[in-house]
Amino acid sequence: MIVAVASGKGGTGKTTVATNLAIANSATIYDCDVEEPNANIFIKAELKKLEDVFLMNPQFDLNKCTFCKECAEFCRYNAIAILPSDILFFKELCSGCGGCKIVCKYDAIEEGKRKIGEIYHGKNGIEIYQGLLNIGEARATPVISQLKKRIGNELSILDAPPGNGCPTIEVLNDSDFVILVTEPTPFGLHDLKIAIEIVKKLGIDFGVVINRDGIGDEGIEKFCSREGIEILMKIPYSKEIATLYSKSIPFVDKMSEWRKKFVELMEIIK
Amino acid sequence: MIQIAVASGKGGTGKTSILSSFASFANAVLADCDVDAPNLHLILRPEIKKEIPYEGMEVAEIDEEKCIKCGECEKACRFNAIKNLVIIKERCEGCGVCQLVCPVNAIEMRKRITGFVNVANSRFGGFAYGLLLAGEEASGKLVNQVRKKALEIAEGEEKNIILIDSPAGIGCPVIASIGNTNLVIVVTEPTTSAIHDMKRLIEMAKHFKVRTFVVINKYDINKEMVEEIEEFCLNEGIKIVGKIPFDKKFTEAMVNGKSVVEYDEKLAELMKRIWNEIENELR
Repeated sequence: MIVAVASGKGGTGKTTVATNLAIANSATIYDCDVEEPNANIFIKAELKKLEDVFLMNPQFDLNKCTFCKECAEFCRYNAIAILPSDILFFKELCSGCGGCKIVCKYDAIEEGKRKIGEIYHGKNGIEIYQGLLNIGEARATPVISQLKKRIGNELSILDAPPGNGCPTIEVLNDSDFVILVTEPTPFGLHDLKIAIEIVKKLGIDFGVVINRDGIGDEGIEKFCSREGIEILMKIPYSKEIATLYSKSIPFVDKMSEWRKKFVELMEIIK
Repeated sequence: MIQIAVASGKGGTGKTSILSSFASFANAVLADCDVDAPNLHLILRPEIKKEIPYEGMEVAEIDEEKCIKCGECEKACRFNAIKNLVIIKERCEGCGVCQLVCPVNAIEMRKRITGFVNVANSRFGGFAYGLLLAGEEASGKLVNQVRKKALEIAEGEEKNIILIDSPAGIGCPVIASIGNTNLVIVVTEPTTSAIHDMKRLIEMAKHFKVRTFVVINKYDINKEMVEEIEEFCLNEGIKIVGKIPFDKKFTEAMVNGKSVVEYDEKLAELMKRIWNEIENELR
């Protein structure tokens, strides 16, 4: 079973929920927030690199090129600019679709690999897999999709990135259940609504966890009860939990009643 | 034109709350570039003047009557966006390779409206913000459109500062938000996660040759971690322009649709001092 933990708004507690849920249920965690992976700060496994993630990029043979511009005209990402006797290639814009090589009539384009990220694995009590996007690279989705190839049949918890963009959708795709972590504020509610719209479009079952319960207003609870959305858990705003967080200690390790609650949470989801 | 982006790496460190405070003093044009989870408009409650449809990447569509089920498109697609001759829209990157390889011209690339750029007025000044429709992609391109509109507003209103609210992370929409700015204000917190993410963002800003300042939010929740941030910034030659205490008034102000400057005098003074510090440095 694959359970994704997402949120829309950043900093609501995705990683907190994902790591505590994984520890309490001896699940494997996949840190899919490849731009800013934080799960292992809490798991503290010694990570070993399993593989690199590559994107295919064109390489131009200027001896064969006639500067006909067909490749540049085909490229929908504006990654190629043809000058009278030279070619400018903007690697950050290239999606690696391979179209330029196909349209070239003069066999002047070969494809080479460019490293854009890495996949890691480690174990400390539970197993963790992590993707990492190279700094300066724009495309997180190829790293996420390669990371997700590691998912087996065991109970798998996916820690998603913040936002509702393409990296998040890549994480949610093929998940069996989505936990949406939010905070009881107008910002939390606004972004939760967008996230729910996406999860519904993808046709995945979901429920809501309210983190820092008590800090803001009643908006989330009113919205969920009106829409018939299940609130799976409320984590109160507590100094003890916040302090453990700042010291990167999963709070189920220090507060046994919460370990039980995260086991029960998984029972509900199943 | 001075363009300042407020960014963080980690989400939820207080970017939007801090930016809306600066907006109270800065006499700037504002741009919310967090297009897939925008929040600044909840504080600004703007009056929308224009809603400009945004055309995202095209999406492939198969004409089933023409399709001979040869499977060439599926083989050629690098994004696994075609399965059993059906286009999976969420995966399609709009590259057009499937259309290129189809021997019977059964594939068309369709233009679609995938979001909006709103041009608006607010009590703090002109405001441009993007809104990506749920489940759509290519937000980096939409960010560029928002910034273009913000620049037009600034030229029209003869303002010389644009404040940009950046999304979390370090990927495509963040690169689009901080590229070609004069300054990135990195909002961090004294937690292991936030510091980790701040370091990656600062390295990214360096990669794109943009100057950075740091603001430490909720500095009083962990003094040792603050020292760690200070040491890092000292070594990197990055100026820490402000430290903000943990205060429930930030959330209360947000709940009331206000910037904290409009909500609490003491915090208003602090935010004003931080903004003056930034302005002085830019001079």
